Amino acid sequence: MPYNPALVAPMREEMVHMGAQELTTGAEVDAALGDQKGSMLVFINSVCGCAAGNARPALRLALQHGVKPQQVVTVFAGQDLEATSRARQYFAEYQPSSPSIALLRDGEVVHFVHRHMIEGRSPQLIAGELTKAFDKYYGVAV
Amino acid sequence: MSHRLSGRPLHTDRHELHGVTVVLDTRSDATYIGRFDSQDEHGVHLFEVGVFDPATGTREAYLRRSAQFGIRVDRPELTVATSDVARVIPLGQLDL
Repeated sequence: MPYNPALVAPMREEMVHMGAQELTTGAEVDAALGDQKGSMLVFINSVCGCAAGNARPALRLALQHGVKPQQVVTVFAGQDLEATSRARQYFAEYQPSSPSIALLRDGEVVHFVHRHMIEGRSPQLIAGELTKAFDKYYGVAV
Repeated sequence: MSHRLSGRPLHTDRHELHGVTVVLDTRSDATYIGRFDSQDEHGVHLFEVGVFDPATGTREAYLRRSAQFGIRVDRPELTVATSDVARVIPLGQLDL
């Protein structure tokens, strides 16, 4: 059962504040991820303070990096059920967990950060791993 | 704008592994991967548990696959008697 919207509102605001587009319906997910071109980061948000409490600040830090995805979108697991379920269909080879992060390029998942790769790690450490992935998959080849 | 929730677990009175995805090996040679919830007189409680099936390959391959593609949930929850627990290690700390 979804948490009280008032409880999760700051967690939503935090994502929007860092430039993420919130997707709250299946139709919005399809509009963003269907026929996706370029680079995109999909953040599966979560109310879990144990992991999401570090994942959001980590993403905020990572997005300050020179190389970053062209688009950042987010769905909220446990809150926007239809949107989350629909988003997960776009990376169905990965088992669902939240929070988690998918890096896409032209509709293909090029990197996936599972919840277990976030737990117990500092935002700085998670951000460091994310920026390495940004460089690897979104950097300009020289 | 409020960022007051970030970096702060909602539960501060729980086991240090609460919420962490762990690999639990038993003395009876079973291996589970699940989200550690708590430990009490009944044992260790896990949620969203994957169960290693030796018929599908080696334990190492199962752990590697789970680390790369996530944990396929076989049981929504599981309690393992403390006396049967051989070791518990966070999945994220395994060098696979």
